[in-house]
Amino acid sequence: MSDKRATVDDMVGELHDGMTIGFGGWGSRRKPMAVVRAIVAAGIRDLTVVSYGGPDVGLLCAAGRVRKAVYAFVTLDSIALDPHFRKARQGGTIEAMEIDEGMFYLGLLAASQRLPFLPTRAGLGSDVMAVNPGLRTVRSPYDDGEELVAMPALSLDAAFVHVNRADTHGNGQLLGPDPFFDELFLGAARRRFVTAEKVVEPGRLLDEGPIQTVTINRLMTDAVAEVPGGAHFTSCPPDYDRDEAFQKAYASAAADPEAWAAFDARFLQTDEAGYRAAVREASVAAGHGGGA
Amino acid sequence: MAEIEITRAEVCVVACAEAWRGDGEVMASPFGTVPQIGARLARLTFEPDLVLTDGEAALMANTPSVSSGRDELVLEAWMPYRRVFDVVWSGRRHIMMMASQVDRFGNQNLSAIGEWARPKAQLIGVRGAPGNSLNHTTSYWVPAHTARSFVEHVDMVCGVGYDRAAAAGPSATRFHDVRVVVSNLGIFDFDTPDHAMRVRSVHPGVEVEEVLGATGFELVVPDPVPTTPMPTAEELELIREVLDPKALREKEIPS
Repeated sequence: MSDKRATVDDMVGELHDGMTIGFGGWGSRRKPMAVVRAIVAAGIRDLTVVSYGGPDVGLLCAAGRVRKAVYAFVTLDSIALDPHFRKARQGGTIEAMEIDEGMFYLGLLAASQRLPFLPTRAGLGSDVMAVNPGLRTVRSPYDDGEELVAMPALSLDAAFVHVNRADTHGNGQLLGPDPFFDELFLGAARRRFVTAEKVVEPGRLLDEGPIQTVTINRLMTDAVAEVPGGAHFTSCPPDYDRDEAFQKAYASAAADPEAWAAFDARFLQTDEAGYRAAVREASVAAGHGGGA
Repeated sequence: MAEIEITRAEVCVVACAEAWRGDGEVMASPFGTVPQIGARLARLTFEPDLVLTDGEAALMANTPSVSSGRDELVLEAWMPYRRVFDVVWSGRRHIMMMASQVDRFGNQNLSAIGEWARPKAQLIGVRGAPGNSLNHTTSYWVPAHTARSFVEHVDMVCGVGYDRAAAAGPSATRFHDVRVVVSNLGIFDFDTPDHAMRVRSVHPGVEVEEVLGATGFELVVPDPVPTTPMPTAEELELIREVLDPKALREKEIPS
């Protein structure tokens, strides 16, 4: 069986300007942030970002890499609104496709099943239909005759998810309480990338959790990279909680262009090792022990 | 013994709890501190079968205080986000969402203020409001009742109100049920011939004129206007001793 191990740079090396990219996780939870930073570093732009949005969307907006965001919400959880995303929306610098959370789910599911759309009640009567004039309704061919929203497939050029464990063949394990919609992001994408806290030999995933925690199988993945702390500063239970102090610093960097330039220089104009060192340094300076 | 001062926040907790009366075995999804205390109060008193989540990915078997740590929770079943949609679409849920704006017919906005294409203020996004409001009972909590939150027309319809559901047709109205809006000033419903918002009751100490002045549209006002019931002694004890000993409710609704 093929060894799917790769590096984040290998994965990001497959991306091009203008692609549609999905990110797993939810809000400020289990986001593939190492990948997001690598995308910024690689200079890829004009992206359509598809996400149950958190700082993945905000960071890419702040770095000027987003042409269009597809989302139902963007939040940092402990900070209700992501100021970088707000700035982009309020400045009119990005296009937006804002849809209901359930519509979003069905869009990924339709893409996973290679269907053009899936029907849903969600959206009817709301301004989601008005602000997304491309959305259509469909009439049931059965006796009920119901008219429903035809949620179009959210097909992705590439998807990235961050998991607790993976094996070298590309099976992925989620040891935290919620798998979110990671399976569907992978299902909806042409190229499917997994980063993991730890990559183990095939067969060893059951050392840390029962079979039903291995929700991602190798049919769903193209490459896997070991990236310890790869979700930092978002949470990745049970490996680590959200780094709230760092998240605050990230949010504060939206205050003005100088604040962003300082954040960018310190945490983004560097590689993964440099990022981890800078985070450790910031954490020590703030009187916290650990870091990523 | 000095007379016990009952706060507005405590009145609001009971007002929110009452929203779930008669619901039986449904998932109660409260947003905001006061509704969270309210849903737990409802379960400890008149709606013992309500289903509550732990705020993460599980259902909670016990009914601890809203400030309790994770080690105090007793979990009864798995409820990841993906499965929440099964509940939403089955209809076995009554959510109480927050509303940055709510209007005469119960349309709700938590997406953006101003022109949507380039909003004056981008808020969190429509979240699940469009689907929630069409699939199961939906109520709203507005901790600051002003003419900016109670508006003639919301800037972006997220949760669908009665007029917009009717205009969208039978698929939209089939399971549509916007139950109540609870604010710091009163309780409001849509039990009128055209489903225009009506004052169900004003909280003790609130004048009807104050409510009308803080509302950006014409409310239906019954005569006489009922007063929201005060918490009973049992309810007060549960709120203060069991569900919210740190008085977080007072931060959301300062006296």
